[in-house]
Amino acid sequence: MDRFVFLLSTGLARGAVLALFALSLVIVWRAARVVNFAQAAMAVVAVYAAFALTAASGSYWLGLAGGLAIGALLGAAVERGLMRRLPHLTPLPGMIVAIGLVMVLQSGLAIAFGPEHRPMRPPFSERPFVIGGVPVLSPYELFVLVTAAAVMGALALLFTRTSLGLRLRAAAFAPETSRLLGVRVPRMVTLGWTLSVATAALAALLLVPTELGLNPHAADLLFVNAFAVAVVGGLDSPLGALAAGIGVGVLSGLVTGYVSASAAPLAVLALLMVVLLLRPGGLFAPKEARRA
Amino acid sequence: MSTFAFHELTVGYGDGAPVIAGLSLEIPDGAVVALLGANGAGKTTLLRAACGLVPARGGRVLLDGEDLSGLSTEDRVRRGLALVPEGRSVVAELTVEENLRLGALWRHRGPARTRAVEAAYELFEPLARRRGAAGHTLSGGERQMLALARALVADPTVLLLDEPSLGLAPLVVSQLLGVLRDTAERTGLTVLLAEQNVTGALSVADRGVVLSLGEAVADRPAASLAADPALRHAYLGF
Amino acid sequence: MRLTLRAALITLAAIAATFGLDPFRNYQLATAAGVFAAVAGLTVLVGLTGQLSLGHAVLMAAGGYGYAAAATAVEETAPWPLVLLTGLGGAAAASGVLGLLLGLAAARLRGPYLAGLTLALVIALPSAANVLPLGGEQGRPAPFFPVPEALSALIAVEQWHAWLAIAVSAAAVTPLVALRSGRAGLRMRAVLGDETAARLSGVDPALVKTGAFLASAIPAGLGGAVLAIATQQVAPGGYGLAFSLLLVVAAVIGGLGSIGGAAIGSVLVVALPWLVDTAAEAVPADLGQRLTGNLAVLLFGAVVIAVTLARPGGIASLLTGRTRTGKPIKDRIPSEDAALSTNTER
Repeated sequence: MDRFVFLLSTGLARGAVLALFALSLVIVWRAARVVNFAQAAMAVVAVYAAFALTAASGSYWLGLAGGLAIGALLGAAVERGLMRRLPHLTPLPGMIVAIGLVMVLQSGLAIAFGPEHRPMRPPFSERPFVIGGVPVLSPYELFVLVTAAAVMGALALLFTRTSLGLRLRAAAFAPETSRLLGVRVPRMVTLGWTLSVATAALAALLLVPTELGLNPHAADLLFVNAFAVAVVGGLDSPLGALAAGIGVGVLSGLVTGYVSASAAPLAVLALLMVVLLLRPGGLFAPKEARRA
Repeated sequence: MSTFAFHELTVGYGDGAPVIAGLSLEIPDGAVVALLGANGAGKTTLLRAACGLVPARGGRVLLDGEDLSGLSTEDRVRRGLALVPEGRSVVAELTVEENLRLGALWRHRGPARTRAVEAAYELFEPLARRRGAAGHTLSGGERQMLALARALVADPTVLLLDEPSLGLAPLVVSQLLGVLRDTAERTGLTVLLAEQNVTGALSVADRGVVLSLGEAVADRPAASLAADPALRHAYLGF
Repeated sequence: MRLTLRAALITLAAIAATFGLDPFRNYQLATAAGVFAAVAGLTVLVGLTGQLSLGHAVLMAAGGYGYAAAATAVEETAPWPLVLLTGLGGAAAASGVLGLLLGLAAARLRGPYLAGLTLALVIALPSAANVLPLGGEQGRPAPFFPVPEALSALIAVEQWHAWLAIAVSAAAVTPLVALRSGRAGLRMRAVLGDETAARLSGVDPALVKTGAFLASAIPAGLGGAVLAIATQQVAPGGYGLAFSLLLVVAAVIGGLGSIGGAAIGSVLVVALPWLVDTAAEAVPADLGQRLTGNLAVLLFGAVVIAVTLARPGGIASLLTGRTRTGKPIKDRIPSEDAALSTNTER
């Protein structure tokens, strides 16, 4: 029972990171109708930037801020420099360019920083609090949960309560109509990429200190799991990303704890397969889904 | 003086023959002009080219003497052009209120935006009852109403309408056209109304322009156009 | 008939070419032949039906495991040609079953979903190798075919394996060429062009997509068998994400939908990393170590981006001259026609 509570609570923190990354995929999907297969590689570039900044300045927080800024810039640059120049008739060219980008960024990082894993220190202790003799969350996991919740809350407010959010949503749903209403749609697409990659960078920044260390492939598994989460929740549904993120995080935590660490990816794959075959639009897809 | 004009405009798709061939047309300030013609005459293409949704091969689109040709759709809209496209272009995922606010965003700020949206509700009372309803739950008539209200909320100087009566009940059509005529009279709005519903369009228009195969074959006062059986037979099919 | 003749001539020419290569080059040629079979399957799938699979490495691995299991089972009792054929049968069966499963999923999914599913499959392969009876990280051994006695005076074992590889790849790719230019290819293009229209013309899109995936999976599995013949083992480490992406690279560089392009792309993804790594040995040790294995990937990534942006037809279209204005589907996917619709959409 103690073990179950412990696995559940660490699964919750893992799920929050997953949900955040999945949300970043939802944002860019809604803004530009692409699944960005380079999201993990771009996020890891931002983590390297944060790592270098922290190493140079000694401040975790400066690194965090710098990493987010680099992530945002990278998102804008990739949209302006590459994705905008592609035809949007089919998703294929965008996916292929993203794959090319993964190869360029990951091998570029390996050339620049070497292949070794660089340990990243978390800003708070990773020793769990013990409540009533039962180990639960660690201070760092609490920090992860609070940060993820705050950022998701802020994004929800931005999208539903502000006029910028209204423009972002309108541009995503109906680009041509939005242009006829004076919305600068290309700018909204760029902004969507910027927000999305910054969010992904944050998720990766929160994840990496709990892993073996920073390397060019540090976020690969996060991407695959987050993709599964986004699909399970429905690529159009931010709430679905949140719910499915927590669910998959807890599931993979429990499978890792009770079966083995190597069974977790298989469990996620099985879940993805089942959902895709039974409800390809995701569990939280709206009834009247718009076609891509 | 003339606010809105096409000068030698040529538009086409791909390598094919032009859909609009060297069309010149002047629309005086505050006029309501019906754009008539059979299917395929080029009405929709002309309106879309005016807004920059279809690139022109040659010629100019002028608003207050300024050439709009090099501008993006967004910038043309911000110069005072508005298009209500064919097929009820309501953003289905947004509510009625959000659709209207979206229309007002670039024109009005702060409290003025709220006032403009409220004024739109006064003009189209059925919409006021459905503020919070999502676009996809609206009826056809409500959607067309919302599309028109959303265009008017930005106080355009030139309003382009593409087949607003398509697929709507006659009663709804006459209500929409009534609001359109009143608004034009009250605000001095210039309207270019593309319609297949010739009688309805000519009943609110001062002038009618008949398009055939991309060229203007007639440009006359609405009353004389409606009374010319030969023209009706040749180009309008009744 | 003309196709069979052409295939036989190309195969003979490739086998003749092995006499001009040293043992290491022949080993590389065998590898390239295996990769070619998989890339040919992938390029037909992507180019004709528009479905992107990031998991063809797993289909190759499935073929490799199927080959190893079937061939090892009869290794002691049967003469070598029968061992080889049994192994190939096992490869086709294993990759066929997996391909059919994926194809059933593909029939229901649109582009990005399928790509994500196949990506998850690649990432899960090492786990699967541990959980399923596939021998974990070490993988499974596959039978070794020595040079037959009649030839042993004439050729070395690497050259013999290159011959086997070329023959198997030819047998895997030739039906694919026939399929592509026949009715099935037409149906695939119809589905890519417009699913609804295809359905109205009596073409069942689900059936076509599933069939296309199956037809693409079996050559990939046979390609996996070729690699198992050349290396005498199958291990999950060889079929990771990096390798799977290289297969996509080979298909894109060669020009999606083009079998000849797939051949060029396969030779490039086998030869270029080796060339680059050889060159990297010349620079100082520290930098060289970092460049090894990475510089080639960087170049490939850049080329894929450049090709997709500028030359959707791939290298094959450069060799055959201009992109035809008659517009076969493969040229149409990325750019030209779309220019119009992007203008109206954005």
